[in-house]
Amino acid sequence: MTLAEIDRGSDFKVKRIPDDIIRIQTLRMGISEGSKLNCNEKIPGGPIIVKHNYQEIAIGRNLAKDIEIELFTEGSD
Amino acid sequence: MECCRNLEQIDIDPNKNKIVLVGNPNVGKSIFFNYLTDTYVSVSNYPGTTLDISSGNYKDKIVLDTPGVYGVSSFNDEEKVARDIILSADIVINVVDAVHLERDLFLTQQLIDMGKKVVVALNMMDEAKNRGLNIDIDELEKELGIRVVPTVAVKKKGFSDLENNIDKAQKGKISLKQDMEKELDNINENVENRADSLLILEGDENVASFHNKKPREYREKVYMQRRNRVNKIVEKVITKEMTNKNIGDKIGSLLLRPLTGIPILLLLLYALYQFVGVFVAQTLVGITEEMIMIEIYQPFIIDLVSSFIAPQSLIGKILIGEFGVLTMTVTYIFGLLLPLVAGFYLFLSLLEDSGYMPRIAALVDRGLTYLGLNGRAIIPMLLGFGCVTMATVTTRLLGSKREKIIAIFLLGLAIPCSAQLGVIAGLIAPLGFKYFVIYVVTIFLVYAIAGTFLNKVLPGESTDLLIDLPPVRVPEFRNIIKKTYLKSKYFIVEAGPIFAGGAVGITLLKEGGVLQWIQNAVAPFIVGWLKLPKETTEAFIMGIIRRDFGAAGLNSLALTSDQTLVALIVITLFVPCIAAMLVMIKEQGIKQAAMVWLGSWIAAFTVGGIVALFI
Ligand SMILES: Nc1nc2c(ncn2[C@@H]2O[C@H](COP(=O)(O)OP(=O)(O)O)[C@@H](O)[C@H]2O)c(=O)[nH]1
Ligand SMILES: [Mg+2]
Repeated sequence: MTLAEIDRGSDFKVKRIPDDIIRIQTLRMGISEGSKLNCNEKIPGGPIIVKHNYQEIAIGRNLAKDIEIELFTEGSD
Repeated sequence: MECCRNLEQIDIDPNKNKIVLVGNPNVGKSIFFNYLTDTYVSVSNYPGTTLDISSGNYKDKIVLDTPGVYGVSSFNDEEKVARDIILSADIVINVVDAVHLERDLFLTQQLIDMGKKVVVALNMMDEAKNRGLNIDIDELEKELGIRVVPTVAVKKKGFSDLENNIDKAQKGKISLKQDMEKELDNINENVENRADSLLILEGDENVASFHNKKPREYREKVYMQRRNRVNKIVEKVITKEMTNKNIGDKIGSLLLRPLTGIPILLLLLYALYQFVGVFVAQTLVGITEEMIMIEIYQPFIIDLVSSFIAPQSLIGKILIGEFGVLTMTVTYIFGLLLPLVAGFYLFLSLLEDSGYMPRIAALVDRGLTYLGLNGRAIIPMLLGFGCVTMATVTTRLLGSKREKIIAIFLLGLAIPCSAQLGVIAGLIAPLGFKYFVIYVVTIFLVYAIAGTFLNKVLPGESTDLLIDLPPVRVPEFRNIIKKTYLKSKYFIVEAGPIFAGGAVGITLLKEGGVLQWIQNAVAPFIVGWLKLPKETTEAFIMGIIRRDFGAAGLNSLALTSDQTLVALIVITLFVPCIAAMLVMIKEQGIKQAAMVWLGSWIAAFTVGGIVALFI
């Protein structure tokens, strides 16, 4: 599934970020393919806010549609 | 910024050792800078950007502040400026946010990989403690191979310890694996500068072309190695972690959740209107423009100049005439614009430093994507209500050329600046609620339709929102004041000469009879199509010079309610003032600017005519 389809509060793992520039930018912020994140907020039709430790990042909806993720529940990994 | 050594262009002593403060955005760099350089600080504009570089003396060395960045590269102006300054550094003080180690240490590790001498100020230790984070400083020092000094900048804790360690800044442990290190050595054979070579390896085009080299394509590989190393370090040094939601986090999520966030945002806009639109634009400007400039300054300067130059001569008219450089321009800039711009920047600095601005950007992102913009464009859009000229300059922060074009067009077309808003509000209030609604809805529709249209027809793609949301905190007073001061000053320096040039141009056009000619040429149109009296033309022509003049010109005409509405719509949509136009030419070139100008004419008269038909 893609990040755009996530529900607020879900935990997920990043599977693939296809865009080169975006991949590099998120990599610097601490998020890479394989990172485990939480969807902190989902603004209707708008950005997805993901949380990684104490850091929140807003990701535009269109961009979120390109990011492939995988849900996981605590302890399943 | 074509090259990567612009540093000579800002005013610093090349013979002194340079200490450079580096860190992610909002980590406390400015507090360190202010502490280290208490006596004399100079601020220079970095060529080709809106960025200011502060520098000051610390003992026998120079301290430079840099824009906050997530890494050393060249994704945007901030990064290019920071990169150039970092490359020139003798010692780097890397300010790190203890709460965001995973993010911040990437930059730290990159500085180390560049072979720089680094000392880390591990700041925000109070917040880390609040959140139950326990960081093993000794272990962190060992892993990085450099000194790490814990600090709490707002309480000046750890500052003397940091000072003692500046001279102990040293080269740390490299994160590059052998394969990349070998590639780096290859490049370094002719470049002979490890930092530059690393950036070339990471594909930085500016640095590569500076050395007449081709940028290499190993960025991702190097970054991955660095990221892996940082993640390992973080895992090792953070020994305890328990989630402890603090009050800032709670406010942060309230600001973001649409149910609470949108009402709060509306309240905030109302506060902005009360502060800038009512207090500054009316009360304060009443004093600065009316009492000080028009009643005291202008008679004084007219008197003074008249004793040397005949007021009726061309030079006299240029200097002290109706649109005189010394009369109207000075009054306009210092009496009207400066208070408005400073008021706006004060408000904006509060939004920025409290961490609210990025949350607003996230909230409005959806709406702006329909117009081919993203949430970040809220900054120039908000500023536009202050001064379109100032807002046009800030469109530089947008991610692509396409977004800049759209933003500048919308600013020029449908955002009334505060100078004009005051007059418009005064004219529309007596007409009643119905007219107010028609006015607002019309302008909003034009804005939305124009944006949607441009988004459809312009080639290319706009960038998506990707921003870090800093924690919500109480801003530091000194920082706010300093920011407001610097930005206001920069605006006056940048726009002042442009306003003056515009004023001279208008005087010449008027004296040469060109204004009169335009007035006659468009008069039939005004009367026939817009159903307005012929004299309204003069108000529109005035609007070319100063938008509020245009609106104010309507005051003296006897118009019916319907006519007032049409005239106000036309004047709002009509061309941006001459200073805004000149800034547009500077930012986008003459062709773009001409399109905005013509587009405004067309939009203003088409929409005005349609409204005139229907009411
Ligand atoms: N709680 C806490 N806040 C801090 C500390 N250092 C800086 N701040 C706050 O963080 C914000 C950003 O600081 P600033 O110096 O503007 O950061 P810069 O963007 O890196 O220059 C300000 O609101 C500061 O008051 C600290 O050690 N503890
Ligand atoms: Mg700063």
